Amino acid sequence: MSEQADIIFSDEQAQLLEIAETFSANKSPIDAVRRQLTAANSIEADMWREIADLGWLGIAIPEEYGGSGLGLAEVVTIVEPMGRNLFSSPLISTTLAAQAILLSGSEEQKSQWLPRLAGGTVAALALTEAHGDWDLSNLTCAATRHGDQLTLNGGKTFVTDANLADLFLVSVELDGAPAMVIVEASDLCEGALRQEVVIDESRRSHALNLDGVAVSNDNLLPAANLHRLHLAACLMYAAEMCGGTAGVINVTVDYLTTRRQFDHFIGAYQALKHPMVDALVGLEQARSHLYHAATVFDMAEGRGEVAVRMAKAQAADAFAFASDRAIQFHGAFGFTYECDAQLYRRRALWCEQQHGDSAHHRRHLAGLLLDQAV
Amino acid sequence: MGISAQELDDFRVEVSAWFSENKPADPGFLLPQSFMEVGTDEQFDFLRAWQRKVYEAGYLGMAWPAEYGGGGKDQAFQDIATAEMVRQNVPFMTNTIGLSWAGPLILNMGTEAQKEAYIKRILSAEDIWCQGFSEPDNGSDLGNAQLRAIRDGDEFVLNGSKIWTSLGAYADFIILLARTDTQTNTKYEGLSYFLAPMKVEGVDPSPIKKLTGEHGFTQTFFNDARISETCLIGEEGGGWQVAMKTLTFERAVSGGQAGGVHSMQVSAREVVDLARHAMRDGRPAIEDPLVRDQLVAFLMEERGMDLNNKRAKIPGLISERPASISMARKLTNSEWRRRLNQFAVTLQGANASRYVGDEAVVDRGRWQRGYFNAFSGTIGGGTSQIQKNIVGERVLGLPKQD
Repeated sequence: MSEQADIIFSDEQAQLLEIAETFSANKSPIDAVRRQLTAANSIEADMWREIADLGWLGIAIPEEYGGSGLGLAEVVTIVEPMGRNLFSSPLISTTLAAQAILLSGSEEQKSQWLPRLAGGTVAALALTEAHGDWDLSNLTCAATRHGDQLTLNGGKTFVTDANLADLFLVSVELDGAPAMVIVEASDLCEGALRQEVVIDESRRSHALNLDGVAVSNDNLLPAANLHRLHLAACLMYAAEMCGGTAGVINVTVDYLTTRRQFDHFIGAYQALKHPMVDALVGLEQARSHLYHAATVFDMAEGRGEVAVRMAKAQAADAFAFASDRAIQFHGAFGFTYECDAQLYRRRALWCEQQHGDSAHHRRHLAGLLLDQAV
Repeated sequence: MGISAQELDDFRVEVSAWFSENKPADPGFLLPQSFMEVGTDEQFDFLRAWQRKVYEAGYLGMAWPAEYGGGGKDQAFQDIATAEMVRQNVPFMTNTIGLSWAGPLILNMGTEAQKEAYIKRILSAEDIWCQGFSEPDNGSDLGNAQLRAIRDGDEFVLNGSKIWTSLGAYADFIILLARTDTQTNTKYEGLSYFLAPMKVEGVDPSPIKKLTGEHGFTQTFFNDARISETCLIGEEGGGWQVAMKTLTFERAVSGGQAGGVHSMQVSAREVVDLARHAMRDGRPAIEDPLVRDQLVAFLMEERGMDLNNKRAKIPGLISERPASISMARKLTNSEWRRRLNQFAVTLQGANASRYVGDEAVVDRGRWQRGYFNAFSGTIGGGTSQIQKNIVGERVLGLPKQD
C-alpha cells in the first residue's frame, strides 16, 4: 500500500513554477519574442546572465558541483512557463548536457564542467545527423583513436545555440559502439558551424562539421547512455509543448472573445467553441502526463520510459491541434505573418519533430505495453 | 472517532475474504454494465438478490445511521468495502438511485417518518428507486419540468409524463420533480419534489426499447395519480433546491452515499486481450501495427484520465482553470468509453457482425452491446455537445450563443 504517488508536486516545484511563470511573462512578452526572431542569438547575454543568477541552470546539478541538488522534475516547472511565452534559450541543452555528464562522466569531467554549466556556460547537444533518424544510436559520425587523441569525422545537425556554446556534447561511433565526447568550441575548425534555416524562427540551429577535430581521450565520457539522454530530452520538450499549448489556447480564446462577425463574438459559434474544448481537454491530459513523467522519471527504466513517451506524444498531439486550429480560427488574419498563431505552430512543429513525433513514441510504447507486462 | 490502522487492515482482510467466497458465479447470461442497462427480469432478479446479500453481510450503507438500518460505522470502512468490490470486479449494486441519490437526500433533509420508511429498504433492495426528472420535451432543461402536481386537500394529483426512467419497470418509488404552481416569477419557483410511489393507480411505466433491442427504461405516465402530501421532501415550491441538492449526490460533489460499486469498469487492457485473440492476415491482431497504434492511444487516454483525477487534487497544478478537469470529466470519459467499445467491435473481424444471443458471438456480445449502451454516457446527463458548450463557456470563458 506504500506505493509512490503517481504525481508528486513538491513545495520547491510550486515555488519555482510561480517564479518562472512571472519571470517568463515579464521577460518574454510577444513583442520581445518577435524582436528576438531576427536577432543574432536566441537570447541576449544579460537575460542569460539573469537566468544563471537565478540558479536555474544548476537546478538538477548536485550541490557539490555548484548546483541546488534538485532534479529534472524541478526543471520541468521552469521550462513549461518558458514554453508558454515562446521563450527561447539554451537552458534545455545546457541542462541536458549537465545530466549526461553527471550520469556518464568521469569525476574529473564532472568537477571540471558541472560548476561551469551551473554558472552560465552554454552547452549544446550534437546528437542528430543529416539522415534525421530519431534513433540516436544510428551514427555515421565517428571517432578514431590516435594515441591519446580522438579524431572525429562526420557532421551533426540541429545543434541549437551552437554559436553561444563553449561546450558541445557530441555522440559518435567509437570502436563500433555509441560514445559521447566533449568538444570545446576552441577545438572546432574555422567555419565548422553553418546556421540552418529552421521552421521555428525563435531557435538558432546549426550544422556542425567535425571533420578533422581532434580532442584528448580525457574528453571521452566513460559511458554513453544515449537512451536516457533521449528520454530526458523528451521530458523537457513535453514541458515546453505543454506550456506552448496553454499559451496558444489563450491567444485563440482572446481572439474568439473579441472578434465579431455576423453580430456575434465568433467564440459563440459552436464550430469554433467545440474544437477549443477539444484543445483544452488535450492540454489537461498532456499536463497530467507531464507531471506524472516528471515524478517517475528517475524510477526504474520501464515505468519512467512509459510515462515520458506518453508525455511527449500527448503534448505533441495537443500542441499540434491547438496551434493548427489557432491559425484557422483567426481567419484571414491567421494567414498573415503578423498573427501570433504561426509562432506557436512553428514552435509545435519543431518540438514534435525533435526526439520523436507522437506516432514514433506510440510505436515504442506498443513494445513496452503490449509485448511485456509493465 | 479513533480507528486504528490495524482495525482497518483487519477489516480489509475480512471484506476481501468475504467477497472472494461470496462473489456470485457466472449466471450464464450477459450481465448489464450499470443500473441504466438492466433490461430483463433475470438480470434484475439476479442483481437485486446480490445487493441484498451484500447488505445483509454488512458491507453496504456501513456509514449510514444504525437506527435506520445502516451500519453506524465510520466512512473509512465503507470506502474499503467499496474499493474491494471494484478490485474484485463483483456485480454492481442495482439500486443505485436509492443508494447514491435518494438515500443520502432523505437522510440529509427527509422527515423522521421518511427515514424510517425508506432507508433500510433502499439498502436491502426491497424497495427499488428510480428518478423522474427528464420529460419528453425537456431533456437537458430540468428547470422547465411541466409534470403537474395539483394540491387537493392533503393529496396531490399528478398528470404528465417522465421519460428515460431507468429501472422504471421495476421501481417501487420515484424521486419526482413536478410543477405545483404555474403562476411564479421564475420557472424554478413553481417546482416541488416528491418521494412518490410507483405502484399506485394512475402511474403507468411504459417500456422503451433501446437501440440495443432491450427494455432499459420507461416513459412513465401519470394520469390523475393521487399521492399523499407526506410524499413532499423539502418545501412545497422548493423543489428546485432539492433537485440541485440531488445533483450534488449524483455527481458525487456531496458525500453520504451508501457506497458499493455502481458500474462495471471497462478497461483498455480488456481490449488488448481481445486483440490477442482476434486475427488479422493469419496472425493475432495485436501484431498489426495499426491495431497496436490504436491500442496504445486508448491506453494513453485511459492513463491520462486517471492522472487527471490525481492532478485535479493538487491546487498548484490546476490554478489557471481549477474546474477544467472536473467539468470535462463526463465528456472525456464517456466519449473514450464509446470509442473504446466501438474499436473493440471492429477488432473482431467478420465476427463483429454477430450480436448478443448468437452462440458464436465474441465475449457474449458485450462489446457490441457495450458500444450501443455507451451512448447513454455520451447522451444522458447532457449530451457531449451540451458538455462542450458548458466547458467552452464556463471554463474557457467563450460567449454563449444567443
